[in-house]
Amino acid sequence: MNKNLLYSVTALFDTPDGIIHAAEAVRNAGYKRYDVHTPYPVHGMDDAMELKDSKLGFITLGAGLLGGAGVFAFISWVFLAAYPNVIGGKPYFSWPAFVPVTFEITVLSAVLLTIGSLIVFFFKFPNNSHPLHDTPYMKNVSSDKFGISIQANDPKFDEAAVTALLSSLHPLTVAPVFYDEEELRHTWTTFDPKFLALLVGVALFVSGSTYLHLNKLLYLPPFDWMSNQNKFKPQTPTAQYDDTRMMRSAPDGTVARGFIPYPFKGMPDSAGKYLVNPLQPTSEALALGKTKFLTYCSPCHGNFARGDSRLRGQFPNPPTLHSDKVRNWPDGNIFHVITEGQNIMPSYASQVSREERWAIVHYVRALQRAFNAKESDTQ
Amino acid sequence: MSTTQVPYQRKDLPASVTAFGAGATAAGAAIVALTFMFDHSRGLYNNIIGLSVLASVAVGALFYVALEYLAGAVWSTPFRRVMEFLSATVFALVVVALPLMANLHEVFHWTHMEAVAKDPILAGKSPYLNIQFFTIRNIAFAVLWIFFYAMLTRFSRKQDTTRDQKYTRINIRFSTAFMPVFALTTTFFAIDWIMSLEPHWFSTIFGVYYFSGTFLCALAVATFIIVSLNERGYLVAGLGKDHYYSLGTLLFVFTNFWAYIAFSQFMLIWYANVPEETYWFIARWKNGWEYVSLALIFMKFLVPYFVLLSQPSKMDGRKLKFIGIWIFLAHTVDMYWLIMPNFSRSLVLGWQELGFPLLIAGLITLTFVFKARKENLVPIGDPKLQRGIDFKI
Ligand code: HEC
Repeated sequence: MNKNLLYSVTALFDTPDGIIHAAEAVRNAGYKRYDVHTPYPVHGMDDAMELKDSKLGFITLGAGLLGGAGVFAFISWVFLAAYPNVIGGKPYFSWPAFVPVTFEITVLSAVLLTIGSLIVFFFKFPNNSHPLHDTPYMKNVSSDKFGISIQANDPKFDEAAVTALLSSLHPLTVAPVFYDEEELRHTWTTFDPKFLALLVGVALFVSGSTYLHLNKLLYLPPFDWMSNQNKFKPQTPTAQYDDTRMMRSAPDGTVARGFIPYPFKGMPDSAGKYLVNPLQPTSEALALGKTKFLTYCSPCHGNFARGDSRLRGQFPNPPTLHSDKVRNWPDGNIFHVITEGQNIMPSYASQVSREERWAIVHYVRALQRAFNAKESDTQ
Repeated sequence: MSTTQVPYQRKDLPASVTAFGAGATAAGAAIVALTFMFDHSRGLYNNIIGLSVLASVAVGALFYVALEYLAGAVWSTPFRRVMEFLSATVFALVVVALPLMANLHEVFHWTHMEAVAKDPILAGKSPYLNIQFFTIRNIAFAVLWIFFYAMLTRFSRKQDTTRDQKYTRINIRFSTAFMPVFALTTTFFAIDWIMSLEPHWFSTIFGVYYFSGTFLCALAVATFIIVSLNERGYLVAGLGKDHYYSLGTLLFVFTNFWAYIAFSQFMLIWYANVPEETYWFIARWKNGWEYVSLALIFMKFLVPYFVLLSQPSKMDGRKLKFIGIWIFLAHTVDMYWLIMPNFSRSLVLGWQELGFPLLIAGLITLTFVFKARKENLVPIGDPKLQRGIDFKI
């Protein structure tokens, strides 16, 4: 590389006042293409250089409005067209709920697009070289000096005149800056094989590590604690028993806990003969019997067991329980009918417990007594 | 010891300002008297509006004074006196509160013991909401505010003659103590006078809602006064667009802050959809109140937002003066929107509602004129003054 083209003449100053004074002098001398570099923002520089207001604010405004409107439209589309779900009983178009997201995206898009356009329009991305880079001048102004640089492409530029002007402003140093055309060639380096290889590498790395994270490191098996329980299941083989069956039958001569076998299967007469109601006809027993009777028996036998069922001919009419036959039956027979059923009346053993069955018997007896009261009952 | 002497010559405010203050006070007082005569309750509800607006100006201005000391801000030092004068309205605040203290029973449902006895919710709140505690609390607020007003302004005034930096340090201490006091007193002030008008309703963000309007209102009034005074040369030379820009930015920021808080309060209640909370907003969304609700969004958020959005308009004295008055009115409408639906379920707006805003504007002006008659309009002894004048954004 040989730097032989003049880019600008620069001068360094020690104080912010010095640089403001210099900027004013250069401006008054009529130069247009010059720039000032300072280690921190110097107040009053805009005025000294007569800079116009930056147009960047309009980009920010436009980007914010665009982003806000865009995301609002997107949410509206999601809730009105794509996934119209009722959430919390609210209408589909519940705009207040959209506001926080719209607000965030407005800010986000304004910021990102501002920075993006700053980089593209002002820093001339993807060009990243500048004649002032890597010069002693730049080293100084990025630590503690204040610099001004008048460019050679200014229409009024004349090296001797510019050097004289800058020297008259009491600078620390005045120096020309040269550059090399080769170095500044604005080539579009996007399709450079090295860059493409890097892109591919980054893409592979990102997608690979994402895949690894989501599928291998963070992989969670499906939630199956309900189906995979720590217990033996029927119908499965096991090595624990010689016959390899998981399901065992009860040892001979035992009954399950809480289970009392019914000894009078198919023997209504014996039931009537040997069974005795174990419950006292207390008001609790009658109340229990009443609820159970109304729940399980009344649909067929009627609310008062008079055979006036609510089935309305959908089922052969069940008989009244006030017949002489039933009234003269011992308690055991009624119990037996509930337990075993009788002809087309099904068994109620599984719905009504033993105790409840006996309570029903009491209640049926009470109904019978009430509908066939004796003279003595009224006294 | 301050070394630089800022050239400042105190000038008396023109007689027209006094005339405006006296006129507004007299006209306001007349309308208020008529309102009380024809519709006593309506007068009282308007009185609460007046009280809460005036408290916003007085206590908000004091907050601003304290904030400057705490933040070590220099840009606002040249016009801190304006804030100090505005906070002198704490005395007027006591006067405006008197008619209400005498008539608590007429506006506050929770003062009706027979209703509280039948109402488990009010009974539960009665350890806080009862006349004795209410009175004690509000006297304590007034005492605290007047105390901090007296201290902060006293040392600031002393500095004018002595130019002693130690007063700045003392005031930083008082400001530190004032901040938590400010936070608690304004919160409970808002709960007591505004939220408890509807004693079944509650919003945990209510104190912040009132505070956000408070700072905005005080700053708006101050901005109007500062720009007006500066344009006519009553302050020191050298105050310009950098200072205006800072005022404009703060107004802009607090406009957004108010909108953020107001929307948060609305959205959370709307979203949760709990009947105990929503009825308060529903009451403000029917029978004509919906127009006030909508107007409030435009007045207190959209108009100031777009007027203040661009950088040049934040530096434009004319726009700042306009928006200062505008936000003061918007804050008044805000208080009207908070308070009046409790008086009437359907929209009420008439000459009766003009009395208190006029009276408040008059009282603020008169207080300001009264203070400006004896004191410098610029804290000439403050060590930060010169840096404040030189302030550049
Ligand atoms: C699905 C309808 C239905 C229900 C429910 C029902 N039964 Fe019956 N029940 C019948 C029918 C039908 C008969 C007559 C069976 C037959 O033809 O012997 C009958 C017969 C009887 C008899 C014998 C009557 C007789 O004259 O032979 C008794 C006692 C009796 N039921 C009691 C009950 C009790 C107690 C309940 C409640 C637990 C009940 N039933 C529930 C349909 C019902």
